[in-house]
Order: sequence, then structure tokens, then C-alpha cells
Amino acid sequence: METIQKKAGEEVSDELALVQAAQKGDLEAFSELVNRYDRNIFRIAQHITHNEDDAQDVVQDAFLKAYRNLAQFQGNSKFYTWLVRIAVNEALMKLRKRRNEKTVSIDEDVETDDGSIPREVADWSPNPEQLYGQSELGDILKKTIQGLPPGFRTVFVLRDVEGLSTEETAEMLGLSVPAVKSRLLRARLQLRERLAKYFKSRKNGDGQREVH
Amino acid sequence: MKCTEFLRELTDYLDGTLSESMRAELDEHLHWCHECHVVMNTTQKTIEIYRDNQLYELPESLRDRLHQAIMNRCRDSKRGKENA
Repeated sequence: METIQKKAGEEVSDELALVQAAQKGDLEAFSELVNRYDRNIFRIAQHITHNEDDAQDVVQDAFLKAYRNLAQFQGNSKFYTWLVRIAVNEALMKLRKRRNEKTVSIDEDVETDDGSIPREVADWSPNPEQLYGQSELGDILKKTIQGLPPGFRTVFVLRDVEGLSTEETAEMLGLSVPAVKSRLLRARLQLRERLAKYFKSRKNGDGQREVH
Repeated sequence: MKCTEFLRELTDYLDGTLSESMRAELDEHLHWCHECHVVMNTTQKTIEIYRDNQLYELPESLRDRLHQAIMNRCRDSKRGKENA
């Protein structure tokens, strides 16, 4: 435990040193920051935009914006938290443009409870990973998460795919902690409900119920 | 505890952030409610399956190209600032 904590502490101070060097104009230091986080930013951007060209643009634009605004980074939060916040905004802007809509935001569809009430209550057996090949499983997972409202899937991706804390996710998205928790619960339940159509055991009846 | 009450606490239950007494209440509910047990299990599986199957890996060749493009744009931006 002590080693893990020490390592995390070292990484943070090492990261701060890189950011400070980059703030003084050291491009190599900034390049190292790009190396650390480009994969994560690409994944997050892909999940929000569902379009590889847009995701590539988001990666470039987010890092460039971060570079240009480095002077504004105060070090109160982690660099990664600050960077993801920039990338999420860029990705939502791309989505808005592509849909030609004004209102794609993290607050969208907050009132929908569609799919949040469990109806599919058959267990998943055999294990979905045994039921489908990897590429087929990947297609199912992509199609399913794409069906969630952007606000829900962004929270799910940051919390459950990227493994960030509720507090960090709230900070990145400019939401309160209860708002993140509420979206996360509905995102998890809606995904579960949609995946059940593919993964549920077909042995015992149709496995549907009315909630009581 | 009703199923709807259980569902409200499901996220905190799965994340292990509930108080001991609340956790005990939920465990008690799970003990007799098969349906909530399935919902809990399959929600856990939903999280794991997305965590374990990274859907959008960045291919190395694309990664190199993006990295180069980012650094070129940063260099231009730096030069522009210096010349301003």
C-alpha cells in the first residue's frame, strides 16, 4: 500500500514538473504529457462523438488548446482533469455540429428514465465473452453505448471505463456529485437493460418482470 | 426494503461507498429477492465488460501522426507568440 501511494505521489509531482517546464516553453515536456494521455483522450472523444475523424480532431484541438492556455492552469487540480474537461467540451461541440443542433450538452435528457427500470431479469449465462467472438462483442458494446444520451454515456465512460472518481468526474463536467451519481446509475441500468437482449439466458422463460 | 429503494442505492452498493448499516440492509434484501440479485449481478457484469473490452484503442501509426500534428501546431503557436 505504501509503495502504491508513494508511486502515485511521485507521478503527480513529476507531472507538475512537466507542466511547469511546458509553461516555461519546454516543448519536449509538453510532448511527454501528450504521450501520457493521448490514448485516454482519443477513447473519450470516440465514445462521445462516435466518429473517428471527429475524435482525431478532438485529440489535436484539445492538446493545442491546453498548450495555448497553459498559463491559466493553476495546479489546483490535476493536469489530466483539466485536459479532459477541455476535450469533453471539444467533443460535445463536434457532436453538436454534426447533428446540427444547438442543445447537445451534458445536461441533455436528464429527465428520461427510459430503460432505467429493470424489466429483463434473466441471468446472463453463459458468460457473454463465451457467447460472442471478440469483434462481434465489440460491435454489440459500441452499438449499445451509442444509444445512450450523450450526458449519460460521458459520465459512464469517465467513471466506469476510465476509472475516474465521482468527484473528478463532477469537476470535469461541471456537475454536482449527486448529479454525477444519478446519471451514472441511470447509464448503468440502461446499458444493462439493452445488453440483456443479447446476453440473457434463454433457458427459463422470457425473464421479464414488472417492478414492485 | 422495496426493490425500488434497493435500485436507488445500487450504484453506491457496487462502488462500495455505502455505510455499513445501509450495506447490511441491501444485503438482507438481496438475500431474499432473486430479481434484484440478478439486476445487481448483471449491472456489475455490464461495468466489467466495458472496462475489460477497450473499444477504441488508438493504433500506433495513427498515434504517431497525431502526435506529430499536435507538436507541429504547438510549435507554430509558440513561434507566433514569440514573433508577436
